[in-house]
Amino acid sequence: MKSIGGYFIFLHSMLVGRERPRTYVRRTVEECVAIGVSSIFIVMIVSIFSGAVSSIQVCYNLKSPFLSNFLVGYAVREMTILETAPTVTALVFAGRVGSSMAGQLGSMRITEQIDALEIMGLNTPSYLVLPKILASILTYPLLVIIATFLAIYSGLLVAEFVMFIAPEDYIYGIRHDFNPYSIYFALYKSLVYAFLIASISSYRGFYISGGALEVGKATTRAVTDSCIAILLADYLLTQLLLNPALKI
Amino acid sequence: MIEFQSVGKVFNDKAVLDGVSGRFDRGKVNLVIGASGTGKSVLLKCIVGLLNPDQGNVMFDGANFTHGSRRLKVGIRKEMGMLFQSGALFDSKNVEENVLFPLDILTDMPRDAKIDRVNFCLQRVGLTNANKKMPSELSGGMQKRVGVARAIVNNSKYLFCDEPTSGLDARTGLLIDELIRELTYEYNITTTVVTHDMNSIVSMGDYILFLEQGRKAWEGTSDDIFQVDVAVLKDFIFSSKLMQMAKAQV
Repeated sequence: MKSIGGYFIFLHSMLVGRERPRTYVRRTVEECVAIGVSSIFIVMIVSIFSGAVSSIQVCYNLKSPFLSNFLVGYAVREMTILETAPTVTALVFAGRVGSSMAGQLGSMRITEQIDALEIMGLNTPSYLVLPKILASILTYPLLVIIATFLAIYSGLLVAEFVMFIAPEDYIYGIRHDFNPYSIYFALYKSLVYAFLIASISSYRGFYISGGALEVGKATTRAVTDSCIAILLADYLLTQLLLNPALKI
Repeated sequence: MIEFQSVGKVFNDKAVLDGVSGRFDRGKVNLVIGASGTGKSVLLKCIVGLLNPDQGNVMFDGANFTHGSRRLKVGIRKEMGMLFQSGALFDSKNVEENVLFPLDILTDMPRDAKIDRVNFCLQRVGLTNANKKMPSELSGGMQKRVGVARAIVNNSKYLFCDEPTSGLDARTGLLIDELIRELTYEYNITTTVVTHDMNSIVSMGDYILFLEQGRKAWEGTSDDIFQVDVAVLKDFIFSSKLMQMAKAQV
C-alpha cells in the first residue's frame, strides 16, 4: 500500500512545477528515438513468430472437412488484434524498455546525477520521467500497429507455405466480419500499457537508494510490477470494453 | 550569507543532526568537518534542500529556504552550484554539454554566448581541449574540475562541495582546494565544503564548523584549530600517523 501511495505521489509530483514546454519537446523526441527505435527489432521478432505460431496452432486445431480454411485467417486476426499484438508486445516492451528506464534512473540516482539536477532547481520527476511517459504513449501504439501487421502477415506466409492453405482463403478470413472497434480496443489498451510500463518502471528506478545491487533489484521489480499491471489492466479493459453488458 | 538555526534530522529514531546552528559568510570558504558518520553530508543536504530538516531553518541572505514557497526554493536553487563527491557528471553528455547544461536549463542566452561562457569556465578550471571528451574518458581530478566548472557556469552565488578531494591523490586534492579557494575570492561566492581531509582544513578554512555525533562541537578558523583544547577535535585532527608525526616534531 505504501508503494501504491508513493506511486501516486510520484505521478502528482510530475505535474506540479513543470519546466518550460520546449524542454519537454526536446526530451520527448530524444526519448521517442531511444524507446521506439530501440524496440522495433525485438517487437518485429516477437510479432513475426507469434503470428506464425498462431497460424500453425489454428490450422492444427481447426483441421476438419467441416470447417472452412478462411477461419484460420479470421482466428489469427482476432487473436492478434485483440490480444497478442497489444498485450504480448507489452510484456516484451516492459522487459526491454521498462528495465532500461529503471536501470537508467537508478544509476542516475546512485551516482548523484538526479541530486545534481535538483540542485539546479529542476523538478526532476517531471524533467526526467514525464518525457519517458509521453514518448512511450506516442511510440508504443505505433509498435503495436507494426506488430499487428507483421503477425498477420507472417501468419499468412506460414499458412500458405507450411500449412498449404490458399492465401485467398486466409485473406478472405482476415477481412471477414471485421469490426473496426477491435482496432480502437487494441489502441486503447496500448495507450494504457505504455503509461503503466513507463510510469511504474520509472518509479521503481527513481527512488532507489544504495548501490549497484539495488539498481539490479529495482530493474527486476520494474519488470515484474509492470507485467502484473499489464495483465491486470488487460483483464479490466477487456471486461470494460468488450463485455456487452458493460461496453462503453 | 547562509544562516542555519537548530537544524535537526532524524533517521529511524536516530538523531543524525541535533540542533546544529552556524553562519556561512559570503566570500569565504566555510568548512564542515568531522569524522565519518557525524552528519556532515546530512547537514549539507539539509542546507541545499535535498533533505528536509525535521527541525530548524536554513536562511539564504535572509530568505527562509526551508519553509519557503516552491517558487522561492527554485529561485534560490538557481543561484546554487554543487560539486558532488562522485562528480555527478551526466554520463550521456560530453564535457561541454555537461557544463552547458545549467545555462540551457536556466537561461535564455544565445547559443554562442553560452559556448563562450562554457569555454571560459573550462579554461578557468584548467581544462582546455577537453570539450568533446566523455566523463568516462576523464581522470578523477578532471571530473572534479568539470564538476566545478558546471557549478560556477551560471555565476552561482553559493557553491557547495561534498568531499571535493575524496578519491584524489594529495597533489591533485590540493589543486582542487586551491581552485575552490580562488573562485570563492574571485567571484565573492559563499562556499561550503564538507570534508575530513586535513590538507583542505589547513589550506582553506576561513570558517570551520566541527561536528561530533550530529552536534556542533567547535567552530573557528584554520588559524586557531591547532590551538584549541577540545578533546574530540584533537582526536579528529591527530588521528592520522602523519599528523601525529608532525605534532611530535613541533
